[in-house]
Order: sequence, then C-alpha cells, then structure tokens
Amino acid sequence: MLTRIRNSPPRYWLVVVVILFFIGLPTVISSFQASEWAQVLVLAIAIMGLNILVGYSGQISLGHGAFMAIGAYTFAILIHRYRMNYLVAIPLAGLLTGGIGFLFGVPALRLSALYLALATFALAVVTPSLIKRPAELTGGVQGIILPPVDPPPAAGAAFTALTGTPMTSDQWIYYLTLAFALVLFWLAWNLVRHRAGRAMRAVRDGEVAAAASGVNIAGYKTLAFGISALYAGIAGALFGLAVGFVSPDTFPVSLSIQLLVGAVVGGLASIPGPLIGAIFAYFLPIESNQWVPAQTWIPSQIASTVEKAGPAVTYGVVLILIMIFAPNGVVGLVTAGYARLRRRLRGAADRENGQMPPDPQTV
Amino acid sequence: MQELLQQVVSGIATGGIFASLALALVLIYNAMGLVNFAQGEMAMLATFVALALIDHGMNYWIAFPVTLVIAFAGGIAIERVVIRPVERAPILTLVIVTLGLATLINGLAGFIFGYVPRAFPSPFPVQTVNILGALASYQDLGVIAVSAVVLLAIYLLLQHTTVGLTMRAAAHHPEASRLLGVRVSWMLALGWGLASAVGSVSGIMVAPILLLQPNMMQTIIIYAFAAAVLGGIESPIGAVVGGVIVGVTVNLAGVYLPFVGGDLQLAVALAIIVGVLVLKPNGLFGRPSVRRV
Repeated sequence: MLTRIRNSPPRYWLVVVVILFFIGLPTVISSFQASEWAQVLVLAIAIMGLNILVGYSGQISLGHGAFMAIGAYTFAILIHRYRMNYLVAIPLAGLLTGGIGFLFGVPALRLSALYLALATFALAVVTPSLIKRPAELTGGVQGIILPPVDPPPAAGAAFTALTGTPMTSDQWIYYLTLAFALVLFWLAWNLVRHRAGRAMRAVRDGEVAAAASGVNIAGYKTLAFGISALYAGIAGALFGLAVGFVSPDTFPVSLSIQLLVGAVVGGLASIPGPLIGAIFAYFLPIESNQWVPAQTWIPSQIASTVEKAGPAVTYGVVLILIMIFAPNGVVGLVTAGYARLRRRLRGAADRENGQMPPDPQTV
Repeated sequence: MQELLQQVVSGIATGGIFASLALALVLIYNAMGLVNFAQGEMAMLATFVALALIDHGMNYWIAFPVTLVIAFAGGIAIERVVIRPVERAPILTLVIVTLGLATLINGLAGFIFGYVPRAFPSPFPVQTVNILGALASYQDLGVIAVSAVVLLAIYLLLQHTTVGLTMRAAAHHPEASRLLGVRVSWMLALGWGLASAVGSVSGIMVAPILLLQPNMMQTIIIYAFAAAVLGGIESPIGAVVGGVIVGVTVNLAGVYLPFVGGDLQLAVALAIIVGVLVLKPNGLFGRPSVRRV
C-alpha cells in the first residue's frame, strides 16, 4: 500500500492538492465568494458533460445550455410543486435530462457534424421562448423562485468547529456542489479510461474503422449524448439551487457559448480541462467589469458598454486564437511544455554523465 | 381570403430577407463545406456601417452599394486573417472559429455602436398598394424587389461569368483547378467576400422592421439556417425557394395558429430544421451525397 502511494505518478499528488484546495477554500474566503466558486463548479460539471460529448465522442453540441435549462426546471418544479427534498430532486433532474439527451441522440445519429451543430445551435436560441410557453408549469417569464436551503446540523457543526463561524447557506451549497463535482469527475475519469471511453474515442477518430472492429457506433454515440445531458442536467439543478431561482433568461444562447468556450479553453478530451475552462469562463465576464476604473471622468454610458461588450469580445478573440494556435487548450499547452522540459532536463543529465541521449530517429 | 393574400405577400417579403442570408450561407458552404455561424453578425455590422454612412448625409441609394463594397472587402479580410490559418482543420475547429467570430463581431458592434436600438431609414413609402384585392405595403414590395435583384445578380455572376465558373470549379475540384492555374485559396476569399455582401443585404432590409442593435440578426440567422437546410444547403436556388417557403410558413403560422402566436415563430424554424434534417437531409434541391468508405 505504502509503496503504491509512493510510486504513484506525480499527477496523482496534484489531484490530491487540488481537492484539498477546494475543500479548504470556503474557510478562507467570504460566504459570497463561496457562492461564486459554487457556480464555477456548476459550470465545471456542465463543461465536463460537453467535453465527454465533443471531446471524447466527437459529436458537436452548441446547445448544451438547453440541457442545463431542462435540469434546472425539472429540479425547480419538483421542489416547488411536489415539495420534494432537494437532495433527491438533484439526481432525479439529472436522470430525466439524461433520458431526454439519450432520446435526442437518436435523431442526431443521422446528422453530420455540421448539421448537428446547426440544429443544436437553433435549439439553444429557441429554448428561452419554449420555456415561457407552458406558463402554469414553468412560471412563464417570471420563472420559479426556490426556497433557501439550510445546512444540515452535522455539517454546520463541523464547519463551526473548524472556522469558528456558523455555516451559511451559500457555503453549504458550495460543499454540496463540490461533492457532486468530485463524484462526476471521478466517474468521467473512469469512463474515458475504460471500454466505453475507448469505444467513443475510436468512433471519434475513425467511424468506419471502429465499426469494422465491432464497436456499436449508434449505441456509443447515443450513450455519449445521454451521459453528457445527465451532467448538464445535474449542473442545471445545482445552478438553480445556487442562484435561488430559475427563469427563461437564465438560459440564453450565450450560456451555451460560455460552456463551449470553457471546454475549448481548458482543452477538449482532457479531465482537468473542464475545471480550468470553468474558472476562465466564469470569472472573465466578472473581471471584465473592473477593466474600466470607476473614474468620474469616464461617462457611465461608456463604462456600461465596455462592461457588456468586454466579455463577448474577449470570448471571441480567445476562441479564435485557441483554435488557431493551441487546439488542445490550456491542458494541451501545459502537457506539451512539461514533456519538452523533461526531455531537455533528461538530456542535460545524460550529457553530464558523458552519455548522449538516444537519437529518436534510430530508436 | 384577402387577409391571407396579404399575409402571403408580407411572408414573401420576409422570405426575401431570409433568402439573402441563406444564399450567403450557401456560398460559403459551397466554397469550403462550412456553415458560417458568423454570417448574421457580419450582416449586422455591415448594417451599422450603412447607418453611419446615411447619418453622415449620404443618400440611401448611394450608401447601399457602398456598404456592399465595404462588406465585400470585410468578408475577404476576415477570410484571410481568421479562416485561412484553419482552412484545412477539422470541421469542429472551423465551426468553433466562426462561432468565436460571431461572438467577437457582436461584442465589437456593441462596443462601437452601443446596445440602444436605433431606427433605420427605409427608402420605401409607408403607403399600401392594392394588388388583386390585397393590400400590400410598398415596404414589402420594395424588399421583394431588392432581394430579387440581388439574387438574380448572384445567379448571373455564378452561372454566366468566368469568375463564377472559376469559383465553382475551385469549390468542386480544388486539385484540378490548381493544376489549371486557378488560385484556389483566393477563390475561397472571394466566396467569403461575396457571401458577406449578399448577407448584408438582408441586414439592411430587415433593420427598418426590427430596429438596429447588435443582437438583431440572432433570430434571422436561425430562419436563414432553416431556409438553407430546406433548400438543400449546397443549392443557391434552393436557398431562395427555401427562404420564401420559410418566410410564408412562419408568417402564416404566427397569424393563424393560436398556439404559435408571435413568440413561438422561431420554434417553427427549429421544427423545419429538425424535420428536414431527419426526414430529407438533402433538402428540396440538394443532391444526395455519396461517401466512399
């Protein structure tokens, strides 16, 4: 056991450090900041879903905000109408959204990548007006306001013992989201390393070759859609819980773009990518508010224009630049840089020993 | 009956607007097998340019062609700077790049021109004219006329000029064209310029109706998608026919189907897109694609 831990690759230690960081985070930041980070984790879950679909199975979806909307509204209706416990409602919302995603994946099988992008984009644009229609169920334009949740006594007591301050509702939601994120990231990691993940990647890289090797193409493609929608649904439910209400305008087409930006920036087909992408996609619009210093000599109209246009401009520039120069995102850049550094360091050590590193051409 | 006829005429007018944008999508699809998600935003930016020209005292009918020329140059510039580096990349990359372009142009327009909706002048009088017992507005008839002229011009350019022939050749057989001395990459840029100019017609035509603001084309592009898909995404004639069908259908559905009303017209477009893609993926005029395995 001990040797297994000692021999585990360095990236495992990195994972432990990151998890500890996220567990300890609320004890050093304010309750408001904790609610911000809860939303980062929500985005990370949704982006992980998108990443499974786009990065691993090679199908494109520009309408993942729509699946988040389905999850969030299912959650809100279960709580508001049927007075269900929110801890039960979250997985239920995820399962229902996953089922819908699975069904959506069946017609998607017939579409080429381009048509699929087109159809899902149209879906994302139409979603807000579709939600408004069954007004008695979804609350129409106003949406549904959700009751606040209180931390369970045990968690509250543990938190107080640690920090000396009582646990707020936001902090509890943060930990709940973190728990879901950990489980879902762990599941995704297992998924992509095993049979289903290998099959999905085979379908992505060469459909004909995969079919010839006995991979059930239609099955794995729809499965990827279902799993991806399940992630988005859980993210949507947690989003509703964190924000405290759901309304049609919470799920505009720009949310789907935001998810795509996150997936691309972090790095498609990577497990840490969605987390990095979520941090970027969440904090960029917030940070860009502060780009215009609150000076009296800057007219408020200009300031508010920059505030509105800043994120869009930056998202656009980042999407184009990443696609041109670093198609594998931040994770791709870091991995490539690390591999290069290691090669160089190893080469240096070998030269000092008087040994030349083997010529890669001849090996 | 009279009202129905009126709705059909105004449906054809909106259809003409959709058709221009759909034709722009088809031009780029034919050049490089890509649906340009930024087409609507490019048209919106061109419309802002037109408004700036008119606000500086230029006559509408001079500003209109000047804007098309600027849009043409802008389209070529975008292709050279943004699309060229990823020309051979997988389709996913290209789609994401055009989406990034759409977001970028949308933000830029908001940054330069602001988000306050602006009135856009219409050169057509507000009166209506009686045709066969139906009252049609000069606005609608004017839009139909302008769209028809532009679409005809593109048709003649593609089918009856050397440039058009070269462009089609470069799209269908890049290698053979290159051997015959066609600069294929520049033909792609030309396609983008042309698409940008045609698309901006739709922006200029729709702006008096919708009011000009950065998100103006966000719904129009969905209708244009529907039109292009319905017509078969590689067929210029299909785009025009599809545009008119979508325009009339959406208009009639909004008026006569109480369930649809004004706010679910966009959902009709989504239904058309999904329906066509699932039932008849090649649309009305597209050729079935054969793939060698």
